[in-house]
Amino acid sequence: MTESDSATAPRVSEKGAAAVTMRNVDKAFGDNVVLDDLDLDVDPGERVVIIGPSGSGKTTILRVIMTLERIDSGSITIGNAPLYHMADGTTPANEKRIREVRSHIGMVFQHFNLFPHMSALENITLAPVKVHGVARDEAEQHGMELLHKVGLAKHANHTPGELSGGQKQRVAIARSLATRPAVMLFDEVTSALDPELVGEVLGVLKDIAEEGETTMMLVTHEMGFAREVADRVVMFDHGKILESGTPSQIMNEPEHERTRSFLKAVLAH
Amino acid sequence: MSGLLLNPSQYQRLLEGAWFTVQILGYSFVLGVFLSLVFGVLRLSDNRIVRGIALTYTEFARGISSIVLLFIMAYAVPILMGLPQANLTLLASIALGLNMGGYGAEIIRGGILSVPRGQTEASIALNLTNNQRLRHIILPQAMRVILPPMGNLTIEILKGTALVSLIGLVDLTGAEALAFNGQAAPTFEGVRHSRAVFDLNVLVMYFVIAQAINLLFRRFEARIDARFESRKGEIAPVEDAIGASK
Amino acid sequence: MSAQASSSEPMIEHRSIWKRPVTWVAIVAFVAFLVILYVLGTRELTFGTDVAPDPNLKWDWPYVISLIPDMLNALSVTAFATVYGFILAVILGFFLALGRRSQSRWISWPVSGFIEFVRSTPLLIQLYFLFFGLASATPIRFSSNQALILGLGIHYATYCSEAYRAGINSVPGGQWEAATAMNLKPSTTWTRVIIPQAIPNALPALGNYLVAGFKDAPLGFAINVTGLMFFATTVRGRDFRPIEPFLMIGVGFLLVSLPAAWLIRRLERRISYDRI
Repeated sequence: MTESDSATAPRVSEKGAAAVTMRNVDKAFGDNVVLDDLDLDVDPGERVVIIGPSGSGKTTILRVIMTLERIDSGSITIGNAPLYHMADGTTPANEKRIREVRSHIGMVFQHFNLFPHMSALENITLAPVKVHGVARDEAEQHGMELLHKVGLAKHANHTPGELSGGQKQRVAIARSLATRPAVMLFDEVTSALDPELVGEVLGVLKDIAEEGETTMMLVTHEMGFAREVADRVVMFDHGKILESGTPSQIMNEPEHERTRSFLKAVLAH
Repeated sequence: MSGLLLNPSQYQRLLEGAWFTVQILGYSFVLGVFLSLVFGVLRLSDNRIVRGIALTYTEFARGISSIVLLFIMAYAVPILMGLPQANLTLLASIALGLNMGGYGAEIIRGGILSVPRGQTEASIALNLTNNQRLRHIILPQAMRVILPPMGNLTIEILKGTALVSLIGLVDLTGAEALAFNGQAAPTFEGVRHSRAVFDLNVLVMYFVIAQAINLLFRRFEARIDARFESRKGEIAPVEDAIGASK
Repeated sequence: MSAQASSSEPMIEHRSIWKRPVTWVAIVAFVAFLVILYVLGTRELTFGTDVAPDPNLKWDWPYVISLIPDMLNALSVTAFATVYGFILAVILGFFLALGRRSQSRWISWPVSGFIEFVRSTPLLIQLYFLFFGLASATPIRFSSNQALILGLGIHYATYCSEAYRAGINSVPGGQWEAATAMNLKPSTTWTRVIIPQAIPNALPALGNYLVAGFKDAPLGFAINVTGLMFFATTVRGRDFRPIEPFLMIGVGFLLVSLPAAWLIRRLERRISYDRI
């Protein structure tokens, strides 16, 4: 998956991660401008945490990278491969092209979105087998390894209905890891969990950040986690990046008043 | 009360008719389910023209009276298409199937819409094709919502099969007429029964078939529900898996 | 989101629905409609035409036009049976729904059984039973129209009872509890709290059953009702033209049921807006 002769495959670093480059990205829902001429660069293997007020559009950043929403204008590049354009960089992409580049991106959702009619293992092996042509045995073995890594090997045959929120989210993480993506997106993955279950998921994320090599972009309110794991924290508000820096820079010495007040409000809990 | 029961030979005739009823129900059902799937999905297409065509079909198929459609298929279509020898059973099945498809498409569409958006988004994130998403993710979950009304619809089609007796096919209703009128023949042997007794017997027979359909659908629903529960079976020992990869 | 108790009376004095002139105008118009329908629908019709169809054409427009008056007459019979049958269904269906909800097993089981039996079996056989069957075994003799109206009424009463049941079940449990807390009599609970909320929810389904009843009413021709199917088969038999009459009534049905279905959908949307 990480080595490919196809000229359209995003170039990944030797560690299996790809850069994400967003240029002049605009996205509006009706009159509501959510992404306003956005520029964002993420290096291969970088861990970027995006913070900001609710409704500021930070989730939309992840969603347009995952192509759940389409951008109105601008460009997004994964590695060296444009996502919304053909290889020449200007012709709008067709569905085939989008699928090619998208196969290198994975996402974990706030509400898990596991397939309820499949077991944990089946959830994990579906994409490798059906989309990436991996043999079933190999996929199941890899899937069991991932389940073991997230601490849920015993639950391989359980369906999501029988799992707790934290367990579901860990399965969801394993599911997106199974396709070995070069870029992983995490959309408020602990926000829907009961407080006592948040820790187990954050633990898994930390393990991935330490061992794994993929580029990670996370939208989260978990500041402690951001401080430990992030290479860079980006403050996002009203469609634009307000400021960006290392965790200690942003959290201890924010430049903008809005960042300050936001952090105060979030850290007050 | 033996007064309510028919003669064995009469029952035999009715059972032959009932068998034909089940057959024509089967043909109509197959066509109906096929049309329902196709047009139910097309109704949700991104393409406006495709959506419009699908809507036209479902509106037409639901708006027309089944008996009128049956008569048009049986009497008008062969002449319009220049096929006077066309198979009446086939035409009747097509009429009933077309009718069923209109209602079934709405059921399928409703079922697909009932699946949460997050399932679609997860499928996109995993890069499944649209067909894969429909087959593996959406439809299996939509089934829970689709099956009960589909069962009711199938029973409605069962009731519709009685209409084919009016175009000369010998289903259960047609067999009733033959058996009852056969009592007027001078060669008739056995007890003669009133029309009321015949009607009641036939009603009961339809009722039995309907309950059988109900049972089949319930079984199917239970099988679908089972998919949402944990799998039985051995899990491969984790130690081996880890040892092999490291 | 819980629904408001939208039916409870405001404290302000307002004109009861019975005092408003619109109500009476509507009632009078409706009764007049029923009477006209009855007069038109109970005529004994024969269908004759002076225009001979052209045997060389598959579709003969002047011929079709000449058939329209007869078709309209036949329509009045079919419409008559549909409307009267539906009125019976709406009333009978309500009692069936109540019977099904009865606390007593002696009532609810037979009623449920009856509903299930009638719903699962063909209307055609039920019509045969009412018209031929009863006449053969009892002193009861129904005319064709009577048997059709009775048959439609009973058959669709079972559907309507389901619609009422769904409507009643859709009223939030809290409404019942509030009524108990206010110590309302059962009759008051029903007439002032439950039914006013249940009926709007049931209306779209009832409307659909009216349209369905209209499409089923032509079955009456199997028991000699001189409605639209009788018109079509008579014309076909007499003039040997199967295409025009059947397509005419086919289009006729579409012309009625498509706008009706559209109206019902609009009604459904308006009702769901009010509920929120």
